[in-house]
Amino acid sequence: MSLVTHLPILQVVVPLMSAPLAVLLRHGGLAFAIVTAAAWAAFACAIALWLQVSDGSVISYAIGNWPPPWGIEYRVDRLTSFVLLLVSGMASIVLPYSRGSIAKEIAPELHYLYYAMFGLCLTGLLGIVMTGDAFNLFVFLEISSLSTYVLIALGRDRRALAASFQYLIMGSIGATFIVIGIGFLYLMTGTLNLADMAVRIGAIENSRPVLAALAFLTVGICLKVALFPLHQWLPNAYTYAPSAVTAFLAATATKVLVYALIRFYFSVFGESMVFERLPLPQIMLWLSLFAMFGANFVAIFQDNLKRLFAYSSVGQIGYITLGLSFDSVHGLTASIVHLFNHGIAKGAIFLLIGGIVVAGYKSGGVSSAPTFDRLAGLSRRMPLTCFGIVIGGLSLIGVPGTAGFVSKWYLILAAMEKGQWWLVAAILLSSLLAVVYVWRFVEAAYFREPSAGQEAREEAPPGLLIPAWVLVVAVVWFGLDTSLTVGTALDAAQQLMSNSR
Amino acid sequence: MMHDLVLRVVAKLLIPFILLFALYVQFHGDFGPGGGFQAGTIFAAGIIFYGLIFGVDHTRSVVPDCVVETMLAAGVLIYAGVGVAGLLLGGNYLDYFVLDHNPVHGQHRGIFWVEIGVFVTVAGVMLKIFYMFASRGRTEE
Repeated sequence: MSLVTHLPILQVVVPLMSAPLAVLLRHGGLAFAIVTAAAWAAFACAIALWLQVSDGSVISYAIGNWPPPWGIEYRVDRLTSFVLLLVSGMASIVLPYSRGSIAKEIAPELHYLYYAMFGLCLTGLLGIVMTGDAFNLFVFLEISSLSTYVLIALGRDRRALAASFQYLIMGSIGATFIVIGIGFLYLMTGTLNLADMAVRIGAIENSRPVLAALAFLTVGICLKVALFPLHQWLPNAYTYAPSAVTAFLAATATKVLVYALIRFYFSVFGESMVFERLPLPQIMLWLSLFAMFGANFVAIFQDNLKRLFAYSSVGQIGYITLGLSFDSVHGLTASIVHLFNHGIAKGAIFLLIGGIVVAGYKSGGVSSAPTFDRLAGLSRRMPLTCFGIVIGGLSLIGVPGTAGFVSKWYLILAAMEKGQWWLVAAILLSSLLAVVYVWRFVEAAYFREPSAGQEAREEAPPGLLIPAWVLVVAVVWFGLDTSLTVGTALDAAQQLMSNSR
Repeated sequence: MMHDLVLRVVAKLLIPFILLFALYVQFHGDFGPGGGFQAGTIFAAGIIFYGLIFGVDHTRSVVPDCVVETMLAAGVLIYAGVGVAGLLLGGNYLDYFVLDHNPVHGQHRGIFWVEIGVFVTVAGVMLKIFYMFASRGRTEE
């Protein structure tokens, strides 16, 4: 058995097996060790796969040795390997962080279940990215969604239950739409293999069921992506989930679904059908603009820091879908780069906010929502945390030297390519809204005097600070050295555009 | 429930057959309708039936919580383990052909163990759900 040829399946199976092992052991510490080891192994697999496909080749793995159109195929190309890097990398950073944060946020007897759920969630997300089979994609989507609902419900605030239930309803509607879409496609093409589907769909692409499938898939996936106006579940879910869960979901869950959207648009339906004959680019464009302005505007008025950045996530998703709507190599590059860059920036911010929340529990506070009146003068007690959040915030704005700048640069490039100067102005204007909400944090943390009687907080423990700062450094690193992100994304975009008819 | 003599006697008579029928559905799944999912549900239904007649506490002493939780995890591990066995024997993941010298026997062996995995997990999940609903509001641990 040569390990290299089996990397695509190990990528998914190692986290999958870690979850039941964690349940069997019934011990928080051991479960932590197993799931973390599995996440790191998955990260190693992702790096190896990324290197394997760096020459533009495509790896195909037949599960059960049944050849592709009949059996389930796992398929790795440039885009796949890039998203795998993000998901498994985030898991291997967030899991060590969890050890410190859930000690305060989740009852000890539930710790092993938390790790099991985390392992399942990671499995589901990796599987969605990896699989080349439409129904398998749906199954992994359900695995990741169901475990996500549980993870959110583990939050200490009682409203976490309501948030989780709200997400469950919305997520189930989304999943139902997706499975209806896949069903239509299966009915019309007689295959579930995505590559095979793409070949057969050419002859029937104007038939009504195929159009219906496209509509169902678009709405279903956009529900899970939290594209404006389907984002209603997201702010509550992010606000009340445990800190580590928020960070992991914000960095990966919506991004993986964007990947699924790209996969269906460019690899199955083909961009000529989606973007040239249907008014989809216009719809995407306007929804993205609403997200960029609407959600960012709402973010400004939030009192809870977690909620503020949750709305900012909805806004940032707008940039990703805006890149899609351009239907050009640069637009697609911008989308792919931004889903990576926004993932690490938001992950860093939510991890650092988690540090603030945990420090609040330490001083005996019952409720520790990071509201702005509690943040006053925070920089004096938690200088590293605050500085990290500011750097992450700069990336959300898109200041040069941070990762966010790179993706916005490509977005603007794509807009100029199309000659849409008003869009360039819109992108810059919406960034100003980000300046406002980041400045609200700076103003509270750095310039306001701490209010009297406020609980004394000290800097977050190193177990929380180090993982968060790894991401903060990554935000700056990928702002300066773009060979990994832009290089891979450009390759992936070209691969996608050339494959599609 | 101590006075419901008929129910108790009938339950005691029926439960062994329900459990046996579950195993029949499980192992006959190769040739007729059936398989791990249905068998697991029937098996769990037999035990839930016991729980309805004799009370949750008695059921818990027959099938304790830790056993149920182990079943949940063990079934998934058996399923995934069959796949890994395929890997170790030189095939792809979930490759049944390499599980025996004769590929057809290999297929039989593979699906046999996979169905056992499904059976164990499904029965475990059914019982877990039953326990969680049945013990709601009775005891606040």
